[in-house]
Amino acid sequence: MLPVSYYVGLSAILFTIGALGVLIRRNAIIIFMSIELMLNAANLAFVAFARAHESLSGQIFVFFVITVAAAEVAVGLALIVAIFRNKQSIDVDQMSNLKG
Amino acid sequence: MLLSEVVTSGPDFFYLAPWLVFFPVIGLLINIIFGGRFSEKVIGTVASTASGLTFVVAVLLALSLRAHHEGVTILLAEWIAIGELQLDWAFRVDTLSVTMMMVVGGVGTLIHIYAIGYMHEDVRFKNDPGRFRRFFVFLNLFIAAMMILVSGDNYLMLFVGWEGVGLCSFLLIGFWYEMDTLARASTDNAMAAKKAFITNRVGDFGFLIAGMIMFWAFKSVQFDTVFEAAHHIAELQPGIIIAITLFMLLGVAGKSAQIPLFVWLPDAMAGPTPVSALIHAATMVTAGVYLVARSAPLYMLVPQAQGIVAIVGGATALFAATIAVGQYDIKKVLAYSTISQLGFMVAAVGMGAFVAGMFHLVTHAFFKALLFLSAGSVILGVERGHHHGHHDHDDHGHGDHHDDEKSEVFDPGDMRNMGGMRKSMPVTFWLYIIGSLALAGIFPFAGFWSKDEILAEATALNFTVYILLAIAAFFTAFYMGRQIWMVFYGKPKHEAAEHAEESPPIITVPLMVLAALSILGGALNLPGVGTFTHWLEMTYEKFDLHLHHGEFNLTVAITSTVLALLAIGISWLIYGRKSVTFDQADPLKRILGPIFVGMENKWWIDELYWAVILNPYIAIAKFTADVIDWRFWHDWFHDKVIAGTFNWFSKTFLDSWIDQRGIDGFANGLAAGTKELAQRLSGIQTGFVRNYALSVFVGVVVILGYLILQ
Repeated sequence: MLPVSYYVGLSAILFTIGALGVLIRRNAIIIFMSIELMLNAANLAFVAFARAHESLSGQIFVFFVITVAAAEVAVGLALIVAIFRNKQSIDVDQMSNLKG
Repeated sequence: MLLSEVVTSGPDFFYLAPWLVFFPVIGLLINIIFGGRFSEKVIGTVASTASGLTFVVAVLLALSLRAHHEGVTILLAEWIAIGELQLDWAFRVDTLSVTMMMVVGGVGTLIHIYAIGYMHEDVRFKNDPGRFRRFFVFLNLFIAAMMILVSGDNYLMLFVGWEGVGLCSFLLIGFWYEMDTLARASTDNAMAAKKAFITNRVGDFGFLIAGMIMFWAFKSVQFDTVFEAAHHIAELQPGIIIAITLFMLLGVAGKSAQIPLFVWLPDAMAGPTPVSALIHAATMVTAGVYLVARSAPLYMLVPQAQGIVAIVGGATALFAATIAVGQYDIKKVLAYSTISQLGFMVAAVGMGAFVAGMFHLVTHAFFKALLFLSAGSVILGVERGHHHGHHDHDDHGHGDHHDDEKSEVFDPGDMRNMGGMRKSMPVTFWLYIIGSLALAGIFPFAGFWSKDEILAEATALNFTVYILLAIAAFFTAFYMGRQIWMVFYGKPKHEAAEHAEESPPIITVPLMVLAALSILGGALNLPGVGTFTHWLEMTYEKFDLHLHHGEFNLTVAITSTVLALLAIGISWLIYGRKSVTFDQADPLKRILGPIFVGMENKWWIDELYWAVILNPYIAIAKFTADVIDWRFWHDWFHDKVIAGTFNWFSKTFLDSWIDQRGIDGFANGLAAGTKELAQRLSGIQTGFVRNYALSVFVGVVVILGYLILQ
């Protein structure tokens, strides 16, 4: 059986890729996908630790995260569609109307 | 305290004493509260009943005194208790105070009844129901105050009544405050009221000083305490008693219209005639005489002060009698006559003849009230005649109206408008004759007995005063004769007098009662019987006073009767055969010349007071007001010094420093700082989502790093 550190290392790599995607990319869809990546990195870490500690609470947490992610996607995509209808673009740098 | 006294036999109504004050107060309250819905008759009846009940109480008290000679004190309430001062509101019922109560209640009630008829007809009345009610409220208030004055058990209570009657006097003299005696718009009546009030202030000031000295020396103002300690003090420091009695004399001079403070009384005739009779002839003005009689134990200790009181009284009696000779107004003659008769009383009580003085007070209340009220009846009669004359003219259309201009200033009180009125007003005429004979001191009317008792006492006690009073009595008979001839005899000098009509019974009946008293009043103290002497001695024997027992002096009686008859005869020679009109000078002027001018002008006493006291006083008042108060205090001290300093201080320091720099600076600085900070912080708000995400990311890394490395 693979040691848990492998799973955690993969999870950290995935999370970092997701975080960088959120910070670097300007396309709202890509940012969204990056967020999903970060969430799933967290899921992977949960499952790995659950398996290591032989406890089900980590797995139950993952169900909650998947549910929240699903809801977030629904709301987020709806927002993106609304913004696109307004601005004909989903470039997040264009959405700076609240600049001080 | 009463129980021991109640044991003895005889009726005892002493507990009723407080009702002397309660009844008139209840009467006036009823008229104040419900009077608006009452008719004139009801208002007058309520007031007269209240006054009549006080007379009943006074009579019951007098009956009760027969079993308690020494008198009784009825405690109503504790009044003042401050340190050494212990004062009760207590009613003193003894023969002296009961005498005054009966006079006030009895004469007061008759005058109340008379006033119901009189006020309605007063030319100034004009059917104002509020005025009618107000008049009777004031009259009842006066009765209450006068009862407090005479029934008080200490000098302070007496002073309360003293001021109360002074207030009523002021209110009633100025009753028609918006017009003069002829109902023309004017401030004359208000001025007369103020004159009376202010002149009385001078006297009251003396009374107050006397009271303060008394409290300082005796530690009490209660009658008995003071009188008992007086002997002791008089031996140690007679000056104190002299000071008290002389300052008290100043109060007496104010209230009882003696020299030098008599000037207010003639002007007080501006009030309605019932007021002149009640307050300014029969009752209030005798308060001074009562005060001296009440303070007899003090006065008897200091013969020097007694001498001064007697001389003041005698001089006033003569002085005022001479002025009365030169007056033309029917009420002014009586006013000066009142001053003169008060002089008789003050002289009597001053000499130590307290019984004679009080006796004259009582009889004078009868016949002077009678004379004043009859004079009021005469004035009303002339008024009626005046109206009658007008109606006649109206009936005849445009006839000879040449007296219409004169009618504008027609004075129904001027004796030069009268004449021949014995035919038009026979009842009033006879009443007036009775009053005049009583005043002139003709046997057997009341005035004869009382005046001769004073004169007889004077021959023994103070001969100077006797001379003054005897001459005054001569003038008294003379001016009354002059008045009778001018008013009732001869030919009517004005059509108003010709058409004069008799007064209704509500006016004449009280007068008949007074006339009966004026005839029979002398029986109170007939020589040899001396009912009144024994009566008053019950009060005085308590203080071991050796009163001088006046005996009937036939020589004096014959002398004064002859003088009086002579005076009446002379007055007939001068006035009886010839009318005095406006066109020609008074016949006496041709005989006496400048002396009569002096009498006519009241010896220029008012002018003298204006020149010596009032004008300098007004000048000083103007100076203090204009120069000291306005120019110095206001213009300089207030405006320049206080306001200037403050303005300078506030402008230079408060305004620029504290306010502008301090308070404004803090508030403005806070606002500017907040704005500056906000402008700088707004730079962070880039609007780029990724910037925010980076911030969150860095924040998370920092916090997590801190937690891990901790």
